[in-house]
Amino acid sequence: MLDWLSFLVFAVMPGLLAAVPVTLALTGAAGAIGNALAVPLALARVSRNPLLRLPAYLYITLLRGTPLLVQIYLIYYGIGQLLPGTWVRHSFLWPYLRDGFWYAVFALSLNTAAYSGEILRAAIQAVPRGEIEAARSLGLPDRLILRFVTLPRALGICLPAMSGECILLLKSTSLASTITVMDVLGRAQYIRTQSLHTYEPLLGAALIYIALVFILTRILNRLERHFRPELRAA
Amino acid sequence: METASLWELVGFGPLGWGGQFARGLLLTLEIAVASYALGFGFGLLGAWAKLGRRRWLRLLGETYTVVVRALPELLLLLVLYYTGTAALTGLLEAVGLGPGIEISPFAAAVTALGFILGAYMTEVLRGAILAVPPGQMEAAKALGLHRGHAFRLVLLPQMLRYALPGLSNLWLNITKDAALVAVLGGMSELLSTGKNAAGYTKHYLFFFGVTAGLFLAITLVSMVGLGLLERRLARGLRRA
Repeated sequence: MLDWLSFLVFAVMPGLLAAVPVTLALTGAAGAIGNALAVPLALARVSRNPLLRLPAYLYITLLRGTPLLVQIYLIYYGIGQLLPGTWVRHSFLWPYLRDGFWYAVFALSLNTAAYSGEILRAAIQAVPRGEIEAARSLGLPDRLILRFVTLPRALGICLPAMSGECILLLKSTSLASTITVMDVLGRAQYIRTQSLHTYEPLLGAALIYIALVFILTRILNRLERHFRPELRAA
Repeated sequence: METASLWELVGFGPLGWGGQFARGLLLTLEIAVASYALGFGFGLLGAWAKLGRRRWLRLLGETYTVVVRALPELLLLLVLYYTGTAALTGLLEAVGLGPGIEISPFAAAVTALGFILGAYMTEVLRGAILAVPPGQMEAAKALGLHRGHAFRLVLLPQMLRYALPGLSNLWLNITKDAALVAVLGGMSELLSTGKNAAGYTKHYLFFFGVTAGLFLAITLVSMVGLGLLERRLARGLRRA
């Protein structure tokens, strides 16, 4: 009766827990690169110069209008098709470029940049005009207004939405399992096909994802309280 | 093997994949529409459970939305696809419909996607129901409207207006989530078709590009349609 439980705890869980760092690395790397890209993207999106605004708009529409899984395949198989014929094949980069992990990081970063960029764009436009006018009347140049007024205020405004995006990113890293990355879901699928037990590996993976989402939510909530002191009094 | 130009490969000729892509596009749309309809049903049930007076129903609704939304869609899809197929087959055998009946991959995938979408739908509909002034339902009750009538004639038309932005978003999500079905295999929807074409011809970049373009077309057409719908539902309202 309790066979499946002991199988879950002793055979499945150790393997899945060993894969947690891969999932976290995917989330961390894609989150860092994606959010770094999101800032210039959002600034280009609100720019008055159409040469900056239109490409940014096009990028965001393309990336948000197509499924992430298609993007992952396009990058993994598409770039994988182009690279072997070029100098990259014999360079020091090749060992990295054969690994699905970096393709997954690349695709997830580009994708999350589009979503975060759009969130940040909305936040920049939501910064009260009076604050920017006040900064201007103090004689601050535009560059400094952006750095000390607009961006910090916008980051505060979009923090809840960004937390949501972080959780979504953590969940979407599981798509990396479709291009041979051994993250939590990839490991679960591997155990499933090797052991012919369908439910235990997937159930174990589900438990791990729930725990990860729970922990990440707690951390993000704490960050939110730190960066938005006006909420702390309540 | 004769080599065909990319244009021929994507056309409808003997070497072309155009026919397959058209059928794949249609199947993806069918999956999306069916999952969306089912998800709307699950969403109504979930919202009803969460807003109801019964504690155990509220708890059930809460568990449904929290657990489903905490899990990656792909993982849930795999779990529901395998367990759902096994459970339904068992059920059919138990009621005597025999081992002859198999759950089609389409039905299993749609059920799974609909169940997942339902959790997100629950939150959208719950918020929309709460946004309708309570006086409206009280007035309906005072007029002696039957509960079914009050729901259909008073609550539903008003809450749909509040729910529309959320519902639009979920439609755009499900058209993209329908691509996950390709991981299950066994169905030649849009992404599977793209994968087959790419693997067969070795034109990966090109065919995944075509696939992405078709998904983008679904999104863009949907956005135009949803914009028109939003205007229509807002008719008779003052512009802010």
